[in-house]
Amino acid sequence: MRYAAPETIEKACHLLASEQGLARVLAGGTDLLVQIKTDVLDPVLVVDIKHIAEVRSITNDAKGWHIGAAVTGAELKEHAALRAAWPGVVEAANLIGSTQVQGRATMGGNLCNGSPAADSVPALIAAGAMALIAGPNGRRELPVEDVMTGVRKLALTKGEIITGFRLPARPKHGGDAYLRFIPRTEMDIAVVGCGVALAIDDKGVCTAARMSLGAVAARPLLVADAANALVGTKVDASALDKLAAAASAACRPIDDKRGTKDFRIKVAGVLARRTAQFALDRAHGKTTQTH
Amino acid sequence: MAKHHVVTTVNGDPVEFLCESGETLLDVLRNQLNMTGTKEGCSTGDCGACSVTVDGRLVCSCLMLGVEAAGKKIGTIEGLASGDKLHPLQQKFLEHAALQCGVCTPGVLVAAKALLEKHPDPTETEVRYWLAGNLCRCTGYDKIIRAVMDAAKDMRSGRHAG
Ligand SMILES: Cc1cc2nc3c(=O)[nH]c(=O)nc-3n(C[C@H](O)[C@H](O)[C@H](O)COP(=O)(O)OP(=O)(O)OC[C@H]3O[C@@H](n4cnc5c(N)ncnc54)[C@H](O)[C@@H]3O)c2cc1C
Ligand code: FES
Ligand code: FES
Repeated sequence: MRYAAPETIEKACHLLASEQGLARVLAGGTDLLVQIKTDVLDPVLVVDIKHIAEVRSITNDAKGWHIGAAVTGAELKEHAALRAAWPGVVEAANLIGSTQVQGRATMGGNLCNGSPAADSVPALIAAGAMALIAGPNGRRELPVEDVMTGVRKLALTKGEIITGFRLPARPKHGGDAYLRFIPRTEMDIAVVGCGVALAIDDKGVCTAARMSLGAVAARPLLVADAANALVGTKVDASALDKLAAAASAACRPIDDKRGTKDFRIKVAGVLARRTAQFALDRAHGKTTQTH
Repeated sequence: MAKHHVVTTVNGDPVEFLCESGETLLDVLRNQLNMTGTKEGCSTGDCGACSVTVDGRLVCSCLMLGVEAAGKKIGTIEGLASGDKLHPLQQKFLEHAALQCGVCTPGVLVAAKALLEKHPDPTETEVRYWLAGNLCRCTGYDKIIRAVMDAAKDMRSGRHAG
């Protein structure tokens, strides 16, 4: 295995594109190095992107936020303004692993590892994040929900990397949240994960909503029906019932040691309701803690 | 394949080593630099026995390549005591009998030190969550938590200068 640490995106894409054998991006390495160690992957080249300034920074302007793909969970948490704007996204990223894993794990890696249970992905989808992509043929953008196409399958072509995520500015009365169900309180993989972002007007009527479920299908899902059940309502009990029913209906889960299909379908509804309530409280200006 | 020549800093001392691309920082510390205080439990990021700091940030050295250490400041368990003088955390671990076999202990100490540098006055819950990635098969954790809380208290009151 060879290791390269280019300082520009162009160089990184070129290295990845021109390698005949298996080449991988190295961000935090918390998935990749485990997979190499356990012989799941045997790349001939790893391209460390952490020496590229663009993928390591968080910036914002009137239009919104740019979060570099290789910003770590710990760095996200320390960014007070981002935490205030998109608390659900930052909290979701901070559910990944332990303090030690947080010191290295990135949202780019979480998405590109291609796990349906990746915690930060439903939160990014709910927030309406765009994935910024660079490749040998230039740059493009994709909604985050279109990046993963199946288990360990991505819509990226050879030599393409994710450079960062673009998030909209937080709406005036907006709020987001991410909750997951795990059998313990720390260090486990989501049985179901749910992200909700919504906005309300001055009268408390929901004007826009997005919701996403993780770990209930081959990839994280954007569930438009569920979110639409909230729009035009005050997110009251009957709207939440409709949201929960639509969430359960969207699930295409598997049975495994963490949970049965039926359990996942049920929990998706319960979690959707709770997550929406947190997002709503935040839209009303309450500072709540989900974890 | 030529080895990488890596120049780094470990516990404040300049260090150079040669390593293969696939060697982890943990491999390098233990096998080349003979710093065997850092332990290998799982080598997959689950147990925390290999905890070190990199530019002040707590990480698992089994999930970082040795070559990635270039230009960084690495902190290991060997950097805790100054000479014969134990770090307050080490002292409190002895007083509270917060270790049995000791395999998890270097990682727990490095992790606890990183916490107290950021949050000198953590709650018990904060300590438990911070250390959730440090597994101990022996102590049942309570003594570890008590030792960390006690060390934090002493360090805040300045009873330990070192
Ligand atoms: C102990 C432990 C606990 C964990 N707990 C959780 C958890 O609770 N929830 C969870 O979701 N995950 C968990 N994980 C998995 C992992 O930490 C996360 O998926 C993490 O976000 C991966 O990020 P990384 O930067 O370390 O990725 P890496 O390991 O560097 O990369 C992962 C994959 O994505 C590719 N890649 C990385 N960045 C890019 C990019 N910018 N463009 C293109 N491809 C890229 C790599 O080539 C690789 O294939 C855990 C891992 C460990 C070891
Ligand atoms: S040896 Fe690194 S976490 Fe277990
Ligand atoms: S003292 Fe034996 S593992 Fe902790």
